[in-house]
Amino acid sequence: MKSAAFWGVLAAILAGGLALTAVLENEYYYNALYLILQATLMAVAWNILGGFTGYVNFGSAAFFAMGAYTTVALNKALGLPLPLLILAGGAVGGLVGFGLGYLTLRLKGVYFAIATLAMAIVIETFISNWTYVGGARGAYMLTPDQHLWFNSYIQMLFMVMLLLTLAAVAISRMLSSSRLGRGLAAIRDDEVAAESAGVPTLRLKLVSTTVMGAMMGVAGAPFPYFVTFVDPVSAFNLFIAVNAIAMPMIGGTGHWIGPVIGALLVGSMQEIVKVTVSSELNVLIVGVMLVVFITLAPQGIVGLVRKHWQRRKS
Amino acid sequence: MSAPLPLLQVSGLTKRFGGFVALDNVDLHVGAGERLGLIGPNGSGKTTMINCISGALFNDMGGIRFDGQDITRMLPHRRARLGVARSFQIPKPFRSMTVLENLRVPLEYAARARAGQRHIIDEAMELLESIGLKHCAQHNSAGLTQVDMRKLELARALAVKPRLLVSDEAMAGLSSAEVDEILEILLALNKRGVAVIMIEHIMRAVMRFSQRIVVLDAGHKIAEGTPDEIVSNPDVERAYLGE
Repeated sequence: MKSAAFWGVLAAILAGGLALTAVLENEYYYNALYLILQATLMAVAWNILGGFTGYVNFGSAAFFAMGAYTTVALNKALGLPLPLLILAGGAVGGLVGFGLGYLTLRLKGVYFAIATLAMAIVIETFISNWTYVGGARGAYMLTPDQHLWFNSYIQMLFMVMLLLTLAAVAISRMLSSSRLGRGLAAIRDDEVAAESAGVPTLRLKLVSTTVMGAMMGVAGAPFPYFVTFVDPVSAFNLFIAVNAIAMPMIGGTGHWIGPVIGALLVGSMQEIVKVTVSSELNVLIVGVMLVVFITLAPQGIVGLVRKHWQRRKS
Repeated sequence: MSAPLPLLQVSGLTKRFGGFVALDNVDLHVGAGERLGLIGPNGSGKTTMINCISGALFNDMGGIRFDGQDITRMLPHRRARLGVARSFQIPKPFRSMTVLENLRVPLEYAARARAGQRHIIDEAMELLESIGLKHCAQHNSAGLTQVDMRKLELARALAVKPRLLVSDEAMAGLSSAEVDEILEILLALNKRGVAVIMIEHIMRAVMRFSQRIVVLDAGHKIAEGTPDEIVSNPDVERAYLGE
Protein backbone atom coordinates (compact mmCIF):
# COMPACT_ATOMS: atom_id res chain seq x y z
CA MET A 1 0.00 0.00 0.00
CA LYS A 2 1.34 3.43 -0.92
CA SER A 3 2.09 5.70 1.99
CA ALA A 4 -0.32 8.45 0.97
CA ALA A 5 -3.14 5.95 0.56
CA PHE A 6 -2.35 4.39 3.94
CA TRP A 7 -2.47 7.68 5.82
CA GLY A 8 -5.58 8.63 3.88
CA VAL A 9 -7.32 5.45 4.99
CA LEU A 10 -6.28 6.04 8.63
CA ALA A 11 -7.63 9.61 8.52
CA ALA A 12 -10.86 8.38 6.92
CA ILE A 13 -11.35 5.74 9.62
CA LEU A 14 -10.75 8.33 12.33
CA ALA A 15 -13.22 10.75 10.71
CA GLY A 16 -15.68 7.86 10.31
CA GLY A 17 -15.40 7.12 14.03
CA LEU A 18 -16.07 10.75 14.90
CA ALA A 19 -19.03 10.87 12.54
CA LEU A 20 -20.41 7.70 14.12
CA THR A 21 -20.40 9.25 17.58
CA ALA A 22 -22.45 12.15 16.20
CA VAL A 23 -25.22 10.02 14.76
CA LEU A 24 -25.32 6.78 16.77
CA GLU A 25 -26.56 6.91 20.37
CA ASN A 26 -26.93 3.24 21.37
CA GLU A 27 -24.16 2.51 23.85
CA TYR A 28 -24.05 -1.19 23.10
CA TYR A 29 -22.37 -0.59 19.73
CA TYR A 30 -19.56 1.40 21.35
CA ASN A 31 -19.06 -1.40 23.84
CA ALA A 32 -18.73 -3.95 21.07
CA LEU A 33 -16.50 -1.72 18.94
CA TYR A 34 -14.27 -0.95 21.91
CA LEU A 35 -13.71 -4.66 22.53
CA ILE A 36 -12.94 -5.31 18.85
CA LEU A 37 -10.46 -2.41 18.78
CA GLN A 38 -8.85 -3.53 22.02
CA ALA A 39 -8.36 -6.99 20.53
CA THR A 40 -6.91 -5.43 17.37
CA LEU A 41 -4.43 -3.39 19.36
CA MET A 42 -3.39 -6.50 21.31
CA ALA A 43 -3.05 -8.54 18.10
CA VAL A 44 -0.92 -5.85 16.43
CA ALA A 45 1.27 -5.69 19.54
CA TRP A 46 1.65 -9.48 19.74
CA ASN A 47 2.66 -9.59 16.10
CA ILE A 48 5.65 -7.27 16.66
CA LEU A 49 7.33 -10.00 18.68
CA GLY A 50 5.46 -13.08 17.49
CA GLY A 51 5.16 -12.29 13.79
CA PHE A 52 8.05 -9.97 12.97
CA THR A 53 10.64 -11.42 15.35
CA GLY A 54 9.42 -15.00 15.59
CA TYR A 55 9.13 -15.28 19.37
CA VAL A 56 5.81 -16.66 20.59
CA ASN A 57 4.45 -14.92 23.67
CA PHE A 58 1.78 -16.71 25.72
CA GLY A 59 1.75 -14.09 28.47
CA SER A 60 0.00 -11.22 26.67
CA ALA A 61 -2.62 -10.97 29.40
CA ALA A 62 0.08 -9.99 31.90
CA PHE A 63 1.16 -6.97 29.85
CA PHE A 64 -2.45 -5.98 29.35
CA ALA A 65 -3.11 -6.34 33.09
CA MET A 66 -0.02 -4.29 33.95
CA GLY A 67 -1.53 -1.46 31.91
CA ALA A 68 -4.90 -1.86 33.62
CA TYR A 69 -3.43 -2.03 37.12
CA THR A 70 -1.16 0.93 36.48
CA THR A 71 -4.35 2.87 35.88
CA VAL A 72 -5.93 1.53 39.05
CA ALA A 73 -2.87 2.34 41.18
CA LEU A 74 -2.11 5.78 39.74
CA ASN A 75 -5.76 6.77 39.73
CA LYS A 76 -5.98 5.92 43.42
CA ALA A 77 -2.67 7.52 44.33
CA LEU A 78 -2.63 10.66 42.20
CA GLY A 79 -5.92 10.85 40.31
CA LEU A 80 -4.22 11.38 36.98
CA PRO A 81 -6.21 12.09 33.81
CA LEU A 82 -6.69 9.36 31.21
CA PRO A 83 -4.04 10.46 28.67
CA LEU A 84 -1.35 10.37 31.36
CA LEU A 85 -2.61 7.01 32.62
CA ILE A 86 -2.31 5.60 29.10
CA LEU A 87 1.26 6.89 28.86
CA ALA A 88 2.05 5.40 32.26
CA GLY A 89 0.44 2.08 31.29
CA GLY A 90 2.58 2.02 28.16
CA ALA A 91 5.71 2.80 30.16
CA VAL A 92 5.04 0.04 32.69
CA GLY A 93 4.12 -2.46 29.96
CA GLY A 94 7.29 -1.54 28.07
CA LEU A 95 9.36 -1.95 31.22
CA VAL A 96 7.89 -5.40 31.88
CA GLY A 97 8.56 -6.26 28.22
CA PHE A 98 12.16 -5.10 28.58
CA GLY A 99 12.54 -7.16 31.77
CA LEU A 100 11.03 -10.23 30.16
CA GLY A 101 13.33 -9.79 27.18
CA TYR A 102 16.36 -9.34 29.37
CA LEU A 103 15.65 -12.42 31.47
CA THR A 104 14.73 -14.71 28.60
CA LEU A 105 17.04 -13.55 25.80
CA ARG A 106 18.90 -16.82 25.70
CA LEU A 107 15.76 -18.94 25.53
CA LYS A 108 14.60 -20.04 22.12
CA GLY A 109 11.45 -21.48 20.65
CA VAL A 110 9.16 -23.32 23.00
CA TYR A 111 11.25 -22.43 26.08
CA PHE A 112 10.66 -18.75 25.50
CA ALA A 113 6.93 -19.40 25.15
CA ILE A 114 6.89 -21.32 28.44
CA ALA A 115 8.80 -18.52 30.18
CA THR A 116 6.22 -15.94 29.07
CA LEU A 117 3.45 -18.13 30.45
CA ALA A 118 5.30 -18.48 33.74
CA MET A 119 5.90 -14.72 33.90
CA ALA A 120 2.16 -14.09 33.52
CA ILE A 121 1.42 -16.36 36.47
CA VAL A 122 4.10 -14.71 38.64
CA ILE A 123 2.74 -11.23 37.92
CA GLU A 124 -0.85 -12.35 38.51
CA THR A 125 0.11 -13.79 41.88
CA PHE A 126 1.81 -10.55 42.78
CA ILE A 127 -1.20 -8.44 41.82
CA SER A 128 -3.62 -10.81 43.59
CA ASN A 129 -1.74 -10.18 46.83
CA TRP A 130 -1.31 -6.44 46.47
CA THR A 131 -4.15 -5.04 48.56
CA TYR A 132 -3.59 -1.42 47.49
CA VAL A 133 -5.08 -2.23 44.08
CA GLY A 134 -7.77 -4.46 45.53
CA GLY A 135 -5.90 -7.75 45.62
CA ALA A 136 -7.94 -10.79 44.69
CA ARG A 137 -11.20 -8.97 45.54
CA GLY A 138 -10.71 -6.45 42.76
CA ALA A 139 -11.14 -2.70 42.58
CA TYR A 140 -13.98 -0.41 41.52
CA MET A 141 -13.36 2.51 39.19
CA LEU A 142 -15.72 5.45 39.05
CA THR A 143 -16.56 6.65 35.58
CA PRO A 144 -15.52 10.33 35.41
CA ASP A 145 -18.26 12.89 34.76
CA GLN A 146 -16.59 14.71 31.91
CA HIS A 147 -16.45 13.20 28.49
CA LEU A 148 -15.34 16.14 26.30
CA TRP A 149 -17.91 16.87 23.59
CA PHE A 150 -19.08 13.25 23.36
CA ASN A 151 -22.57 12.16 24.38
CA SER A 152 -21.33 9.55 26.80
CA TYR A 153 -18.12 8.33 28.42
CA ILE A 154 -18.13 5.10 26.43
CA GLN A 155 -18.20 7.10 23.20
CA MET A 156 -15.09 8.91 24.30
CA LEU A 157 -13.38 5.66 25.31
CA PHE A 158 -14.24 4.23 21.91
CA MET A 159 -12.57 7.20 20.18
CA VAL A 160 -9.53 6.91 22.47
CA MET A 161 -9.18 3.23 21.65
CA LEU A 162 -9.65 3.92 17.93
CA LEU A 163 -6.86 6.49 18.03
CA LEU A 164 -4.53 4.16 19.95
CA THR A 165 -5.21 1.25 17.60
CA LEU A 166 -4.60 3.35 14.49
CA ALA A 167 -1.36 4.60 16.01
CA ALA A 168 -0.25 1.02 16.73
CA VAL A 169 -1.08 -0.06 13.18
CA ALA A 170 0.94 2.87 11.81
CA ILE A 171 3.92 2.01 14.04
CA SER A 172 3.71 -1.66 13.05
CA ARG A 173 3.62 -0.77 9.35
CA MET A 174 6.55 1.64 9.62
CA LEU A 175 8.51 -0.96 11.58
CA SER A 176 7.92 -3.74 9.06
CA SER A 177 9.43 -1.81 6.15
CA SER A 178 12.31 -0.24 8.08
CA ARG A 179 15.91 -1.30 8.64
CA LEU A 180 14.90 -2.34 12.15
CA GLY A 181 12.07 -4.46 10.72
CA ARG A 182 14.44 -6.26 8.35
CA GLY A 183 16.74 -6.94 11.28
CA LEU A 184 13.84 -8.49 13.22
CA ALA A 185 12.86 -10.58 10.19
CA ALA A 186 16.46 -11.79 9.91
CA ILE A 187 16.30 -12.89 13.56
CA ARG A 188 13.04 -14.74 12.88
CA ASP A 189 14.46 -16.49 9.80
CA ASP A 190 17.85 -17.47 11.25
CA GLU A 191 19.38 -15.97 14.34
CA VAL A 192 22.92 -17.25 13.74
CA ALA A 193 22.96 -15.98 10.17
CA ALA A 194 21.53 -12.66 11.38
CA GLU A 195 24.40 -12.23 13.84
CA SER A 196 27.00 -12.86 11.17
CA ALA A 197 25.26 -10.33 8.94
CA GLY A 198 25.98 -7.78 11.65
CA VAL A 199 22.53 -7.72 13.25
CA PRO A 200 22.80 -7.08 17.02
CA THR A 201 20.24 -9.77 17.81
CA LEU A 202 20.13 -9.29 21.58
CA ARG A 203 19.49 -5.56 21.32
CA LEU A 204 16.86 -5.95 18.61
CA LYS A 205 15.00 -8.61 20.57
CA LEU A 206 14.93 -6.22 23.53
CA VAL A 207 13.50 -3.49 21.32
CA SER A 208 10.89 -5.94 20.10
CA THR A 209 9.78 -7.14 23.55
CA THR A 210 9.72 -3.56 24.82
CA VAL A 211 7.57 -2.21 21.96
CA MET A 212 5.21 -5.17 22.30
CA GLY A 213 4.92 -4.72 26.06
CA ALA A 214 4.35 -0.97 25.74
CA MET A 215 1.56 -1.45 23.19
CA MET A 216 -0.15 -4.06 25.35
CA GLY A 217 0.17 -1.81 28.41
CA VAL A 218 -1.46 0.98 26.42
CA ALA A 219 -4.26 -1.42 25.42
CA GLY A 220 -4.90 -2.26 29.07
CA ALA A 221 -4.69 1.24 30.53
CA PRO A 222 -8.25 2.42 29.65
CA PHE A 223 -9.72 -1.01 30.53
CA PRO A 224 -10.63 -0.21 34.18
CA TYR A 225 -12.73 2.76 32.99
CA PHE A 226 -14.38 0.51 30.43
CA VAL A 227 -15.41 -2.25 32.84
CA THR A 228 -15.54 -0.08 36.01
CA PHE A 229 -14.53 -3.12 38.06
CA VAL A 230 -11.15 -4.86 37.67
CA ASP A 231 -10.01 -8.00 39.38
CA PRO A 232 -7.11 -10.32 38.52
CA VAL A 233 -9.46 -12.86 36.95
CA SER A 234 -10.72 -10.41 34.33
CA ALA A 235 -7.45 -8.55 33.74
CA PHE A 236 -5.29 -11.66 33.45
CA ASN A 237 -7.95 -13.59 31.56
CA LEU A 238 -6.48 -16.38 29.44
CA PHE A 239 -8.94 -15.39 26.74
CA ILE A 240 -7.01 -12.14 26.21
CA ALA A 241 -3.79 -14.07 25.62
CA VAL A 242 -5.46 -16.63 23.38
CA ASN A 243 -7.07 -13.92 21.26
CA ALA A 244 -3.75 -12.08 20.95
CA ILE A 245 -2.16 -15.23 19.51
CA ALA A 246 -5.09 -16.50 17.45
CA MET A 247 -5.98 -13.28 15.67
CA PRO A 248 -2.56 -12.69 14.05
CA MET A 249 -2.31 -16.40 13.22
CA ILE A 250 -5.69 -16.31 11.47
CA GLY A 251 -4.94 -13.06 9.67
CA GLY A 252 -1.32 -13.89 8.85
CA THR A 253 1.74 -13.07 10.94
CA GLY A 254 4.18 -12.15 8.18
CA HIS A 255 2.52 -8.86 7.20
CA TRP A 256 1.47 -5.87 9.29
CA ILE A 257 -2.09 -6.06 7.98
CA GLY A 258 -2.44 -9.72 9.08
CA PRO A 259 -3.28 -9.16 12.75
CA VAL A 260 -5.64 -6.31 11.79
CA ILE A 261 -7.60 -8.54 9.41
CA GLY A 262 -7.62 -11.42 11.90
CA ALA A 263 -8.74 -9.25 14.81
CA LEU A 264 -11.49 -7.49 12.86
CA LEU A 265 -12.78 -10.79 11.50
CA VAL A 266 -12.64 -12.88 14.67
CA GLY A 267 -13.46 -9.95 16.96
CA SER A 268 -16.63 -9.00 15.11
CA MET A 269 -17.74 -12.62 14.83
CA GLN A 270 -17.28 -12.96 18.59
CA GLU A 271 -19.36 -9.86 19.27
CA ILE A 272 -22.10 -10.92 16.84
CA VAL A 273 -22.31 -14.42 18.29
CA LYS A 274 -22.30 -13.00 21.80
CA VAL A 275 -25.64 -11.24 21.23
CA THR A 276 -27.27 -13.53 18.69
CA VAL A 277 -26.40 -16.99 20.04
CA SER A 278 -24.64 -17.15 23.36
CA SER A 279 -22.03 -15.24 25.31
CA GLU A 280 -20.06 -18.42 25.93
CA LEU A 281 -19.89 -19.55 22.32
CA ASN A 282 -17.46 -16.80 21.30
CA VAL A 283 -14.65 -18.68 23.05
CA LEU A 284 -15.43 -21.68 20.90
CA ILE A 285 -15.26 -19.61 17.70
CA VAL A 286 -11.69 -18.55 18.17
CA GLY A 287 -10.66 -22.09 19.09
CA VAL A 288 -12.28 -23.68 16.05
CA MET A 289 -10.98 -20.99 13.68
CA LEU A 290 -7.47 -21.32 15.04
CA VAL A 291 -7.46 -25.09 14.51
CA VAL A 292 -8.87 -24.72 10.99
CA PHE A 293 -6.34 -22.07 9.98
CA ILE A 294 -3.31 -23.75 11.50
CA THR A 295 -4.05 -26.98 9.67
CA LEU A 296 -5.32 -25.61 6.36
CA ALA A 297 -3.70 -22.18 5.99
CA PRO A 298 -0.73 -21.75 8.33
CA GLN A 299 0.15 -18.46 6.62
CA GLY A 300 -3.27 -17.06 7.50
CA ILE A 301 -5.56 -14.99 5.31
CA VAL A 302 -2.68 -12.85 4.03
CA GLY A 303 -0.88 -16.03 2.96
CA LEU A 304 -3.97 -17.31 1.14
CA VAL A 305 -4.36 -14.04 -0.76
CA ARG A 306 -0.66 -13.97 -1.67
CA LYS A 307 -0.80 -17.55 -2.98
CA HIS A 308 -3.84 -16.68 -5.04
CA TRP A 309 -2.07 -13.65 -6.58
CA GLN A 310 1.04 -15.62 -7.41
CA ARG A 311 -1.04 -18.27 -9.11
CA ARG A 312 -2.83 -15.67 -11.21
CA LYS A 313 0.47 -14.08 -12.17
CA SER A 314 2.04 -17.30 -13.43
CA MET B 1 62.97 -5.71 10.73
CA SER B 2 59.72 -7.25 11.90
CA ALA B 3 57.16 -8.85 9.62
CA PRO B 4 53.94 -6.85 9.10
CA LEU B 5 51.19 -7.73 11.56
CA PRO B 6 48.89 -10.41 10.12
CA LEU B 7 45.24 -9.51 9.54
CA LEU B 8 44.06 -12.41 11.65
CA GLN B 9 46.16 -13.91 14.42
CA VAL B 10 44.85 -16.94 16.26
CA SER B 11 47.13 -18.10 19.04
CA GLY B 12 46.89 -21.14 21.31
CA LEU B 13 43.24 -21.70 20.52
CA THR B 14 41.60 -24.44 22.59
CA LYS B 15 37.95 -25.41 22.47
CA ARG B 16 36.38 -28.24 24.43
CA PHE B 17 32.89 -29.71 24.23
CA GLY B 18 32.54 -31.41 27.60
CA GLY B 19 35.43 -33.85 27.73
CA PHE B 20 36.01 -33.77 23.98
CA VAL B 21 38.82 -31.48 22.87
CA ALA B 22 37.77 -30.17 19.47
CA LEU B 23 40.76 -27.83 19.10
CA ASP B 24 43.95 -28.17 21.07
CA ASN B 25 46.31 -25.22 21.22
CA VAL B 26 46.10 -24.29 17.55
CA ASP B 27 47.92 -21.30 16.05
CA LEU B 28 46.81 -19.76 12.79
CA HIS B 29 47.43 -16.52 10.96
CA VAL B 30 46.19 -14.95 7.78
CA GLY B 31 47.86 -11.99 6.11
CA ALA B 32 45.93 -9.17 4.48
CA GLY B 33 44.79 -10.30 1.04
CA GLU B 34 46.06 -13.85 1.57
CA ARG B 35 44.36 -17.04 0.33
CA LEU B 36 44.53 -19.74 2.99
CA GLY B 37 43.23 -23.26 2.61
CA LEU B 38 42.09 -25.04 5.77
CA ILE B 39 41.74 -28.79 5.30
CA GLY B 40 41.49 -31.89 7.39
CA PRO B 41 39.46 -35.09 7.70
CA ASN B 42 35.87 -34.94 9.00
CA GLY B 43 35.75 -34.05 12.66
CA SER B 44 39.21 -32.50 12.67
CA GLY B 45 37.93 -29.17 14.01
CA LYS B 46 37.70 -27.01 10.87
CA THR B 47 34.18 -25.79 11.45
CA THR B 48 34.84 -25.32 15.16
CA MET B 49 37.80 -23.15 14.18
CA ILE B 50 35.72 -20.84 12.00
CA ASN B 51 32.95 -20.78 14.57
CA CYS B 52 35.55 -19.41 16.99
CA ILE B 53 36.91 -16.95 14.42
CA SER B 54 33.44 -15.64 13.53
CA GLY B 55 32.29 -15.62 17.16
CA ALA B 56 29.51 -18.20 16.90
CA LEU B 57 31.44 -20.07 19.61
CA PHE B 58 33.74 -18.68 22.27
CA ASN B 59 37.05 -20.48 22.67
CA ASP B 60 38.10 -21.77 26.10
CA MET B 61 41.76 -20.75 25.87
CA GLY B 62 43.92 -18.73 23.57
CA GLY B 63 43.33 -15.44 21.82
CA ILE B 64 42.10 -14.07 18.51
CA ARG B 65 43.27 -10.74 17.13
CA PHE B 66 41.88 -9.11 14.04
CA ASP B 67 43.72 -6.16 12.53
CA GLY B 68 45.60 -5.71 15.78
CA GLN B 69 42.42 -5.69 17.89
CA ASP B 70 41.60 -8.38 20.45
CA ILE B 71 38.28 -9.91 19.39
CA THR B 72 38.40 -13.05 21.54
CA ARG B 73 35.26 -12.17 23.52
CA MET B 74 33.53 -10.04 20.91
CA LEU B 75 30.00 -10.96 19.77
CA PRO B 76 29.62 -12.15 16.16
CA HIS B 77 27.79 -9.04 14.94
CA ARG B 78 30.60 -6.80 16.19
CA ARG B 79 33.16 -8.95 14.36
CA ALA B 80 31.04 -8.72 11.21
CA ARG B 81 31.11 -4.95 11.56
CA LEU B 82 34.90 -5.06 11.72
CA GLY B 83 34.91 -6.99 8.45
CA VAL B 84 34.95 -10.68 9.38
CA ALA B 85 32.42 -12.47 7.17
CA ARG B 86 31.55 -16.13 6.91
CA SER B 87 29.42 -18.34 4.75
CA PHE B 88 27.73 -21.37 6.25
CA GLN B 89 28.30 -24.97 5.27
CA ILE B 90 24.56 -25.54 5.15
CA PRO B 91 23.13 -22.39 3.53
CA LYS B 92 21.08 -20.28 5.92
CA PRO B 93 19.14 -17.85 3.74
CA PHE B 94 16.60 -15.49 5.33
CA ARG B 95 13.74 -17.56 4.00
CA SER B 96 10.95 -15.02 4.24
CA MET B 97 12.89 -12.51 2.17
CA THR B 98 13.67 -12.09 -1.50
CA VAL B 99 17.24 -12.59 -2.69
CA LEU B 100 17.71 -8.83 -2.83
CA GLU B 101 16.43 -8.32 0.72
CA ASN B 102 18.82 -11.02 1.91
CA LEU B 103 21.69 -8.75 0.89
CA ARG B 104 20.08 -5.65 2.33
CA VAL B 105 20.45 -6.99 5.87
CA PRO B 106 24.29 -7.20 5.93
CA LEU B 107 24.59 -4.03 3.85
CA GLU B 108 22.42 -2.15 6.32
CA TYR B 109 23.94 -3.65 9.44
CA ALA B 110 27.46 -5.09 9.09
CA ALA B 111 28.72 -2.79 6.33
CA ARG B 112 26.90 0.35 7.42
CA ALA B 113 29.68 2.00 9.37
CA ARG B 114 32.31 1.27 6.72
CA ALA B 115 30.25 1.70 3.56
CA GLY B 116 30.03 4.85 1.53
CA GLN B 117 26.78 6.74 1.28
CA ARG B 118 25.70 4.82 -1.79
CA HIS B 119 22.21 3.59 -2.40
CA ILE B 120 21.74 0.21 -0.72
CA ILE B 121 19.59 -1.26 -3.50
CA ASP B 122 22.09 -0.28 -6.21
CA GLU B 123 24.87 -1.83 -4.22
CA ALA B 124 22.93 -5.05 -3.63
CA MET B 125 22.07 -5.30 -7.33
CA GLU B 126 25.70 -4.79 -8.25
CA LEU B 127 26.73 -7.59 -5.93
CA LEU B 128 24.08 -9.90 -7.36
CA GLU B 129 25.26 -9.13 -10.87
CA SER B 130 28.88 -9.90 -9.99
CA ILE B 131 27.87 -13.26 -8.54
CA GLY B 132 25.39 -14.14 -11.27
CA LEU B 133 22.15 -13.94 -9.31
CA LYS B 134 20.73 -10.75 -10.79
CA HIS B 135 17.99 -12.58 -12.67
CA CYS B 136 16.45 -13.83 -9.42
CA ALA B 137 16.80 -10.69 -7.30
CA GLN B 138 13.06 -10.58 -6.67
CA HIS B 139 12.63 -14.33 -6.18
CA ASN B 140 11.96 -15.73 -2.75
CA SER B 141 15.23 -17.07 -1.35
CA ALA B 142 13.66 -20.30 -0.09
CA GLY B 143 12.95 -21.50 -3.62
CA LEU B 144 16.49 -21.27 -5.02
CA THR B 145 18.38 -24.19 -6.54
CA GLN B 146 21.29 -25.68 -4.60
CA VAL B 147 23.97 -23.79 -6.54
CA ASP B 148 22.07 -20.51 -6.38
CA MET B 149 21.58 -21.02 -2.66
CA ARG B 150 25.37 -21.37 -2.29
CA LYS B 151 25.89 -18.25 -4.35
CA LEU B 152 23.44 -16.34 -2.21
CA GLU B 153 25.29 -17.55 0.87
CA LEU B 154 28.50 -16.13 -0.58
CA ALA B 155 26.82 -12.95 -1.80
CA ARG B 156 25.46 -12.31 1.67
CA ALA B 157 28.93 -12.75 3.13
CA LEU B 158 30.30 -10.34 0.51
CA ALA B 159 27.62 -7.82 1.44
CA VAL B 160 29.33 -7.57 4.82
CA LYS B 161 32.13 -5.92 2.80
CA PRO B 162 34.65 -8.16 4.48
CA ARG B 163 38.37 -7.82 4.88
CA LEU B 164 38.42 -11.50 5.77
CA LEU B 165 36.00 -14.03 4.32
CA VAL B 166 35.72 -17.49 5.81
CA SER B 167 34.10 -19.81 3.30
CA ASP B 168 32.90 -23.04 4.89
CA GLU B 169 32.53 -25.72 2.19
CA ALA B 170 30.88 -23.40 -0.26
CA MET B 171 31.26 -26.03 -2.98
CA ALA B 172 30.05 -29.19 -1.25
CA GLY B 173 27.69 -31.15 -3.46
CA LEU B 174 28.18 -29.01 -6.56
CA SER B 175 29.04 -30.21 -10.05
CA SER B 176 32.52 -29.68 -11.47
CA ALA B 177 31.42 -26.71 -13.58
CA GLU B 178 29.66 -25.16 -10.61
CA VAL B 179 32.77 -25.61 -8.47
CA ASP B 180 34.76 -23.63 -11.04
CA GLU B 181 32.11 -20.93 -11.00
CA ILE B 182 32.34 -20.51 -7.21
CA LEU B 183 36.14 -20.66 -7.41
CA GLU B 184 36.18 -17.78 -9.90
CA ILE B 185 33.99 -15.72 -7.60
CA LEU B 186 36.35 -16.28 -4.67
CA LEU B 187 39.43 -15.49 -6.78
CA ALA B 188 37.85 -12.30 -8.10
CA LEU B 189 37.00 -11.28 -4.56
CA ASN B 190 40.56 -11.95 -3.43
CA LYS B 191 41.88 -9.78 -6.28
CA ARG B 192 40.08 -6.88 -4.66
CA GLY B 193 42.19 -7.39 -1.56
CA VAL B 194 39.96 -9.56 0.61
CA ALA B 195 41.74 -12.30 2.55
CA VAL B 196 40.00 -15.66 2.24
CA ILE B 197 40.08 -18.77 4.40
CA MET B 198 38.71 -21.64 2.34
CA ILE B 199 37.51 -24.79 4.01
CA GLU B 200 36.91 -27.46 1.43
CA HIS B 201 37.00 -31.19 0.80
CA ILE B 202 37.34 -30.76 -2.97
CA MET B 203 41.16 -30.96 -3.20
CA ARG B 204 41.30 -29.78 -6.80
CA ALA B 205 39.72 -26.49 -5.71
CA VAL B 206 41.78 -26.04 -2.55
CA MET B 207 45.07 -26.76 -4.32
CA ARG B 208 44.30 -24.33 -7.11
CA PHE B 209 43.02 -21.63 -4.80
CA SER B 210 45.35 -21.59 -1.82
CA GLN B 211 48.69 -19.82 -1.48
CA ARG B 212 49.17 -21.60 1.82
CA ILE B 213 47.42 -24.55 3.40
CA VAL B 214 46.92 -25.50 7.04
CA VAL B 215 46.00 -29.09 7.86
CA LEU B 216 44.05 -30.00 10.98
CA ASP B 217 43.66 -33.49 12.35
CA ALA B 218 41.80 -34.37 15.54
CA GLY B 219 42.07 -30.80 16.82
CA HIS B 220 45.80 -30.40 16.14
CA LYS B 221 47.59 -28.54 13.43
CA ILE B 222 49.69 -31.24 11.74
CA ALA B 223 51.05 -29.39 8.73
CA GLU B 224 51.35 -26.00 7.15
CA GLY B 225 52.87 -24.95 3.84
CA THR B 226 52.37 -24.38 0.14
CA PRO B 227 50.04 -26.76 -1.72
CA ASP B 228 53.06 -28.63 -3.13
CA GLU B 229 54.59 -29.13 0.29
CA ILE B 230 51.28 -30.34 1.71
CA VAL B 231 50.78 -32.89 -1.06
CA SER B 232 54.12 -34.51 -0.32
CA ASN B 233 53.83 -34.32 3.47
CA PRO B 234 53.80 -37.82 5.02
CA ASP B 235 51.81 -36.73 8.10
CA VAL B 236 49.01 -35.43 5.89
CA GLU B 237 48.96 -38.62 3.91
CA ARG B 238 48.72 -40.60 7.14
CA ALA B 239 45.84 -38.45 8.44
CA TYR B 240 43.83 -38.89 5.27
CA LEU B 241 44.68 -42.44 4.24
CA GLY B 242 45.91 -44.09 7.42
CA GLU B 243 49.12 -46.11 7.60
